[in-house]
Amino acid sequence: MTFPTSSDQRPAASGAVASDPMLADAAPSAGDAGRLARGVDGHQSEWKRRWRRFRAYPPAVPALAFIILLVITAILAPVIAPHEPLDNNLRLRGDGPSSGYWLGNDANGRDMLSRLLYGTRIALLVGIGATTIAVTIGVLVGASSGYFGGWVDLVLSRLVDSLMAFPTIALLLVLAAVLSPSIPLVVLIIGFSVWASYARVVRAEVLSLKQRDFVLAAEASGATSWRIIVRHIIPNVVGVVIVLWSLAVGGVIIYESALSFLGLGVQPPNPSWGRMLADGRDYIREYPHIMIAPGIFITVTVLAFNLLGEGLRDAFDPRGRR
Amino acid sequence: MLRYLVIRLLQGILVLFLISILTFGLLKAAPGSPVDLLVGTARVTQEARDNLTAKWGLDRPVHEQYLTWIGNVLQGDFGESISRSGTPVTQVIAEAIPYTLALNVMAITLAIAIAIPLGILAAYRRNSVLDYVTTATSTLGVAVPNYWIGILGIILFASILGWLPTYGASNGWRSYVLPVAVLAFEEMAALIRVTRGATLEALSSDHVQTARAKGLREKVVMTRHVVRNAMLPIVTVLGYRIAFILSGTIVIETVFSFPGIGRLFSNSLFSLDYQVVQALVLLLATIVVIGNLLTDLTYALIDPRIRIS
Repeated sequence: MTFPTSSDQRPAASGAVASDPMLADAAPSAGDAGRLARGVDGHQSEWKRRWRRFRAYPPAVPALAFIILLVITAILAPVIAPHEPLDNNLRLRGDGPSSGYWLGNDANGRDMLSRLLYGTRIALLVGIGATTIAVTIGVLVGASSGYFGGWVDLVLSRLVDSLMAFPTIALLLVLAAVLSPSIPLVVLIIGFSVWASYARVVRAEVLSLKQRDFVLAAEASGATSWRIIVRHIIPNVVGVVIVLWSLAVGGVIIYESALSFLGLGVQPPNPSWGRMLADGRDYIREYPHIMIAPGIFITVTVLAFNLLGEGLRDAFDPRGRR
Repeated sequence: MLRYLVIRLLQGILVLFLISILTFGLLKAAPGSPVDLLVGTARVTQEARDNLTAKWGLDRPVHEQYLTWIGNVLQGDFGESISRSGTPVTQVIAEAIPYTLALNVMAITLAIAIAIPLGILAAYRRNSVLDYVTTATSTLGVAVPNYWIGILGIILFASILGWLPTYGASNGWRSYVLPVAVLAFEEMAALIRVTRGATLEALSSDHVQTARAKGLREKVVMTRHVVRNAMLPIVTVLGYRIAFILSGTIVIETVFSFPGIGRLFSNSLFSLDYQVVQALVLLLATIVVIGNLLTDLTYALIDPRIRIS
């Protein structure tokens, strides 16, 4: 149930990709993305270096492989799943694992494995969708706040403070109770609830970038705000954003599962993992096996995204220490 | 310092004010009228309904309702609970607070007592077996949904072994064991990571090298130079985690039917008792704002660089 702590959100990549201030005038696009644009050679070696640093964190590649497997499962769920996820088979109510039903059946006799495989779709849709919304809002708000300062910063920062003062689960529960959500709405609700901490990180990152020589040099040479934001600021926060994004997906998947578990997220009969745990909860005496597999699916998926995030942090921020 | 304090205090009040508007507006947009709840299944005339609507002020414009509500709140009057008709909201909440307080104080104390020494030790013996086991456990702990651990605990210790009650708070200390353990585990996982990171950071700093170079005993280096410097980020993170801790308590109290403010919050939401929900949101936000303020102040007292911005 934990979101990355503030130490996890330590601003990452800016300092990592040392941009030569002397080049700032000659080549306006300082920073890594600028260097990439300059030549194929630079491109390859930079990304090779990142890949090497990513691989140097042992769990990173298995985590990436697992996530790719999840994506394939989500896409091919109808092909892979041995049974229909919504088919009740009352003769099989609460049966344990068997040769035809590897993970047993739930209290309605539905095949657990098929429901879990279909559940991958909801977990990834909500996890990736909501995180992308949250990070996008976070970047827009954080960058405007940090770059423009003044009253823009004042207003946006109070908004961020207010959201941060809401315990996330409380906000999610209130929103879900008010909106009685469908799956796309769950994505929106979570996305719009958890962006504040990303805005804070991006704001801090932009504030420090603004002081850097290459930005000052661009300002001095008369570049417009727009040009500075697009050519100098954004390329330099890309690394931070990628890391934030990957570290956030796991937390969002847990939020969705908790919300569905409490009965306010994804509604039945949709096979959300959290929802499956909620369904099984009424039968923990009779059919305790229902409570095992969905929890393992959630944990391993969240773990994979967190480890991917750690690997990406190494790749984009060599200062990060483990 | 005084200027800083005043600014932060004003910001905190502004934040609470914004939250009160946000919550009030959200709950007004919710489906289902409180009148339905008050009436229940009884058959009443439209006139009676109108009377109730008027009595609760629901016929007036929303901004007027808000101003009345916030005016009363500022005088310490949160109105009456809708689902427990006639009981003041403050009383409903006051009854629940001791449970949540006891639960979280125990959980946080336990988490700190285990996580901080373990995190420091793991950093000190970097890449040892202890370090790997600790890091792996805390990495796993961050990824496990807390409510799932709670239910597995119920299945094992209550349902199968019969040692502990399955829910509620009516069995003395036994009722606290599982919810405290689950909340503590979750907090521990996060704290270990922070402590280990902060200690590693401190260990690699120049002044620690100097301390070692001038021949200080390892014990003195650790206690005086490493742990002391590592404590600042740890305390800060703990302070900023209050919102996460409150999120955790909402879920866990609901899972264990534990009669604190977390369960009160979800129950009130399910029973459309928005009077209680509004009050609880304000209470939770106030706790977070005060907690963050105290954390900022601690930080500012210790580190003068913060005060400037």
